[in-house]
Amino acid sequence: MYGNDFGEPLNAAETEDYTSAVQEYFDGLIADDQRIEPRDAMPEGYRSTLIRQIAQHAHSEIIGMQPEGNWITRAPSLRRKAILMAKVQDEAGHGLYLYSAAETLGVDRAELLDKLHNGRQKYSSIFNYPTLTWADVGAIGWLVDGAAIMNQVPLCRCSYGPYARAMIRVCKEESFHQRQGFEILWTLARGTDEQRAMAQDAADRWWWPALMMFGPPDSGEAATQGHTAQNMAWGIKRFSNDDLRQKFVDMTVPQADKLGLTLPDPDLRWNEERGHYDIGPIDWDEFWRVLKGDGPCNSQRVEHRRAAHEDGAWVREAAAAYAAKHAAGEVRGAVA
Amino acid sequence: MSDDTTAAHAPGANAQGWPLFEVFVRAKRGLSHVHAGSVHAPDATMALRNARDLYTRRQEGVSLWVVRSDDITASSPTERDSFFDPAADKVYRHPTFYDVPEDVEYL
Repeated sequence: MYGNDFGEPLNAAETEDYTSAVQEYFDGLIADDQRIEPRDAMPEGYRSTLIRQIAQHAHSEIIGMQPEGNWITRAPSLRRKAILMAKVQDEAGHGLYLYSAAETLGVDRAELLDKLHNGRQKYSSIFNYPTLTWADVGAIGWLVDGAAIMNQVPLCRCSYGPYARAMIRVCKEESFHQRQGFEILWTLARGTDEQRAMAQDAADRWWWPALMMFGPPDSGEAATQGHTAQNMAWGIKRFSNDDLRQKFVDMTVPQADKLGLTLPDPDLRWNEERGHYDIGPIDWDEFWRVLKGDGPCNSQRVEHRRAAHEDGAWVREAAAAYAAKHAAGEVRGAVA
Repeated sequence: MSDDTTAAHAPGANAQGWPLFEVFVRAKRGLSHVHAGSVHAPDATMALRNARDLYTRRQEGVSLWVVRSDDITASSPTERDSFFDPAADKVYRHPTFYDVPEDVEYL
């Protein structure tokens, strides 16, 4: 993640320098499976697609702090509390890696935060579901972070260098998230009847939203709609939503068996012929409803985010005032 | 902030006017500092602290550098060919360029 541009035009596509030769250079890098770096000229569509995707990803990370942060004060032990705080701090870090990556494309993170706050940019619809019990913290780690890893691992090879590098860091850290979630459910599943029921209830509520995280169908007939084909051609996306969802299902069903939990899908069964699990129909009406703002927690999440940002204004102002006061005494060039 | 006000501050500075710093991490003694990412901060001291919190949460480093992004001078990708070309025709800088008898040891 290099920082912003070092002085020259952010994107030659917006200048007269952007010729067919430059397009050819870009196409050649993509065809070669080379990475695009911040100061390379790139088509405007590539740039705007990446800004939208990275921003939405960053927003998801920081909004994702809320459903879990909800349980920090009520974690069942000091061990669980320390783990949960580290995890929520990681989510903040992931958001910052991603805002840094987005800024290399010539946007300002304050502008992106404004768009989150006024609803012009989205975040993953999964975070609009409430965390009703402690078991939900486990289910988020196991299912939501598990699905996120499935989505994010291919992004480590994304054609845009700063995004790919951010995702490598994120993926390293996510595996702790998934394992701690599984461990929470593993502990509950071997506990009292009430604890087992709590774990089952969480799995029941999070399974379908987790499958929706991969996005609407985009293979077969649906492949001609949406952005998947273009994003694959650009090397931003490596697998279709449906392929990733299938991989996630195939990975997760045996884990659910191990936990002794059932997944809430009567049609879920192994298909010998395909060599994959079949699943029942996903309620895409629910997905679109939640994405468009009508989920259980949409307004609460954005409202909380906005309040946190505004309540922190004095800290930012104080830091700036302190820096201005001490600017004269600042020692630059002291390399250790 | 609306789209048309973004140019109101220095390149790389955010809405509070905080400049952008590039972060370099030395993973352990004996290795060079490597670029890890960037942070915004009001000054270099805060940039170091922000960088520590963001890039070394898992003991990824024993030393950190932060450098103002606008203090970096970079080569231009569009001049890449002419800039690096002078090295292209000097294959004699590589040891494999030389024909020597096969039975000479330690060469």
